Amino acid sequence: MGEVLRSKTAELFNEPGCAKNQAKSEKERKKGCSKPLVPGAAAGGCAFDGAKIALEPIVDVVHLTHGPSACEGNSWDNRHAATSGPSTYRLGLTTDLSELDIVMGNGEKRLYRAIKDAIARYDPPAVFVYQTCVPAMIGDDIEAVCRHAAEKTGTPCIPVLSAGFSGKKNFGNKLAGEALFKHVIGTIEPEYTTPTDVNILGEYNIVGEIWQIKPLLEKLGIRLLANITGDARYRDIAGAHRARVNMMMCSAALINLARQMEERWGIPYFEGSFYGIADTSAALRMLARMLVERGAPEDLLERTEALITAEEARAWARIEPYREILKGKRVILYTGGVKSWSIVSALQEIGMKIVATSVRKSTEGDKERIKEIMDDPHMVGSVPAREMYARLANDEADILLSGGKTQYVGLKARRPWLDINQERNYAYAGYDGTVALVAELAKSLSNPVWEEIRRPAPWEISADIVPLDCGPQSRSGVGEA
Amino acid sequence: MATLLQPKKNGSINPLKSSAPLGAALAYLGVDGAVPLFHGAQGCTSFALTLAVRHFREDMPMQTTAIAEVETILGGADNLEEALVNLQARMNPKFIGIASTALIETRGEDITGDLLSIMQRRHELARTAIVYASTPDYVGALEDGWAKAVTAIIEGLVVPGERRQKSLRQINILPGVHQTAADIDQLRDMAAAFGLDAVVLPDLSGSLDGHVNAEFTPITSGGTKLEDIADMGEGLATIAIGQHMTPAAEALEGLTGVPSTVLANLTGLAATDELVALLSRISGVAVPESLKRRRSQLVDAMLDCHFYLGGKRIAIAADPDLTYQLAVFFKSLGAEIVTAVTTTHHSALLERVPAKEVVVGDLMDFEERAAAAQADLLVTHSHGRQAAERLGLPHLRVGFPIFDRLGVQHRSMIGYAGSRDFLYEVGNIFLSLIKEKKPEDFTSAEVPPFKVQEKRDVGQTLAIG
Repeated sequence: MGEVLRSKTAELFNEPGCAKNQAKSEKERKKGCSKPLVPGAAAGGCAFDGAKIALEPIVDVVHLTHGPSACEGNSWDNRHAATSGPSTYRLGLTTDLSELDIVMGNGEKRLYRAIKDAIARYDPPAVFVYQTCVPAMIGDDIEAVCRHAAEKTGTPCIPVLSAGFSGKKNFGNKLAGEALFKHVIGTIEPEYTTPTDVNILGEYNIVGEIWQIKPLLEKLGIRLLANITGDARYRDIAGAHRARVNMMMCSAALINLARQMEERWGIPYFEGSFYGIADTSAALRMLARMLVERGAPEDLLERTEALITAEEARAWARIEPYREILKGKRVILYTGGVKSWSIVSALQEIGMKIVATSVRKSTEGDKERIKEIMDDPHMVGSVPAREMYARLANDEADILLSGGKTQYVGLKARRPWLDINQERNYAYAGYDGTVALVAELAKSLSNPVWEEIRRPAPWEISADIVPLDCGPQSRSGVGEA
Repeated sequence: MATLLQPKKNGSINPLKSSAPLGAALAYLGVDGAVPLFHGAQGCTSFALTLAVRHFREDMPMQTTAIAEVETILGGADNLEEALVNLQARMNPKFIGIASTALIETRGEDITGDLLSIMQRRHELARTAIVYASTPDYVGALEDGWAKAVTAIIEGLVVPGERRQKSLRQINILPGVHQTAADIDQLRDMAAAFGLDAVVLPDLSGSLDGHVNAEFTPITSGGTKLEDIADMGEGLATIAIGQHMTPAAEALEGLTGVPSTVLANLTGLAATDELVALLSRISGVAVPESLKRRRSQLVDAMLDCHFYLGGKRIAIAADPDLTYQLAVFFKSLGAEIVTAVTTTHHSALLERVPAKEVVVGDLMDFEERAAAAQADLLVTHSHGRQAAERLGLPHLRVGFPIFDRLGVQHRSMIGYAGSRDFLYEVGNIFLSLIKEKKPEDFTSAEVPPFKVQEKRDVGQTLAIG
């Protein structure tokens, strides 16, 4: 595995599609892109985590984790990637290696049998096998096992070389893209093609967001050939090489896949977002323009404009009632990547003030966008929890928007908080999603609970206890004391 | 009573167990001013952290030595050193608990040796109490990790020898991983009713009960104080809860000479009676009126609820101690345990579970067996929700993790009061399922065969040794 992984790693670190990478000198590039981890000051997931996130939303396949029980056991069933049909992907399968398996080197045999069992039990169109640290270390060759199992069973088995120690979550996303490119995409021809076939890359259908996007495309007669990977079927992804255009949703995650698909099948790609009204419109325009360039009927452009005009008007009309509550409210946006700018424009459109936006996982392109749309861009990198708490407690912002890990920093400072990462329970994509986001913001900011919990306790108001006069005169309430 | 089955399988589908290092980290979190440190790749910490955050709905100060490719080959001692130094500089914790993971154990690192040499070179680390427990992911589950961590804390931080210099009213309580903050609060109150001050190790009721501090703190606030751990030799007696705490109780008794009792169960009437009698013997104080009243309330709850639990077929999937505790309790109200699935075979208690067989397995085993046995109720943690959905059965959430219900730390199922409330919760599930009868309900005129219910399993104390 060492050699395979090393060459794979080197390839990924040399990603020509990555602007950041191209700006480096040859020597710098050799070092790879991940910043070295600092023991005792690191957070975030490993490569296995990243690979699993990117592939798990393929709903009809079996995902099998090869390793001790912890990798799958502590992490399965923890995302809200939704499905419109099969729920095979929600099962947590693992080879659950025991000490004896590791000592005796039974890993490969056990994996082979586990693959066979899974196929016999669920008859999936494919099995994705994830490598983890321990089997990678003892030299289990999952590529060979997958090849052998596929030959024997006739079911494709996809090895994902995602040993946790090989890198961070982001790197794992790329390893997932590699696995799709090498083993899946291009293996099945779609039943038919249309001149308006598109793929979306890096959309995981969190709480059903693809269903806020798909109707827009359908209204325009654009066919979503493969959504990689939200609510996807294996067949769709295997036939994704026949699309006319690729749209990349999350800039950092699957850039390697988009570039390689362009090289091999000539599918042009662009980076877009379905968060916020302006960005949704921009993405639809771009899709239409690129499709027309590749031979789709000209009238698509006009129809797109008409749809945008109608949808935008409808969205703003629905947002209007919330404007009063949200105007001038100050937001700290602590996320990364695309959301660091796409949500900004949405919030600014309603008249909210962005106190700070984090660019932890953002590319240079993302930062450029922020500068474009914000008059006074307050970009911050990683903010330590203590500092974030202080900013909120000192009333520097009215609300924090972030992922689940920062949630309690916000709440413990007795400030409103809204989840905009994968653990969220609301879908925020497209025009409808933006309206939903605004509604959530308003709901949170106007909740009387904030005032209530910031009220000091009786013993904080006054330390001296005034003895109750139990005479006939009336008592004064706490509030008037 | 029960036969222990370990079906030979090639893996698991829908894992029931959480990992040992996670159990160790939870125990470390019950110490004041603590940071748990996982020795392994950063994903091990991230997964454990995310799961614990979902369960407790609290921020978790968990850290990692961030082993990457190079360290996997060359060894992780330098990372361990760097992590300890960085943690101390950044957070200034009073206590760091180290838990190893599968990755580092597979390499065969001598972590104890590494730690000794680090402590000799880095004198600044002497300000922080540091303990280490070996918890590779491929051995045991949550219970095992928790017990190993508590044992490591005791061996590392308790001052040896028996002393009687302080109050003569102290008792030590070693709760198991299946106790909630509310359970611990209740135990402390029960001890206080006998005039005893309880030192609880680990004490999640202080650190993870969900509270809002006036200041931000990156380490645990609340939990067992280091000086109280050091003084555990002052105790009149030690009470450990659950079979998996036996090694920790033995370690404490061996170090200090304080006599210890391991109680296998605290849920239900007989089990609580035993605890109360024990507290009374330790303190020499008669049982106070308040507890007598609570007992009477529990008896009444049993009278009210037995209608709804009698003859019900219950399927349980949990760690060994919790499985035993719940099974005995349900059995005492006339229910039948038709399926019992557990995480590891390590526990001697499993044979005493009042069921035909106990299976070491996963949630798919649980689902299939519960369906075949025509269970009326599934009792397991939140991951069982998929099974409950597929089988169309009610699902009572117990154990760890519970991420789709609020306030899990404030739900007690031990002692007279906790058992009473828990019993009402279970009774209400069955009560809510009772539907208006329709003619088609009477298509079969078969009367179910009557079975005499067996005597239930009393005698909860486990002899040590």
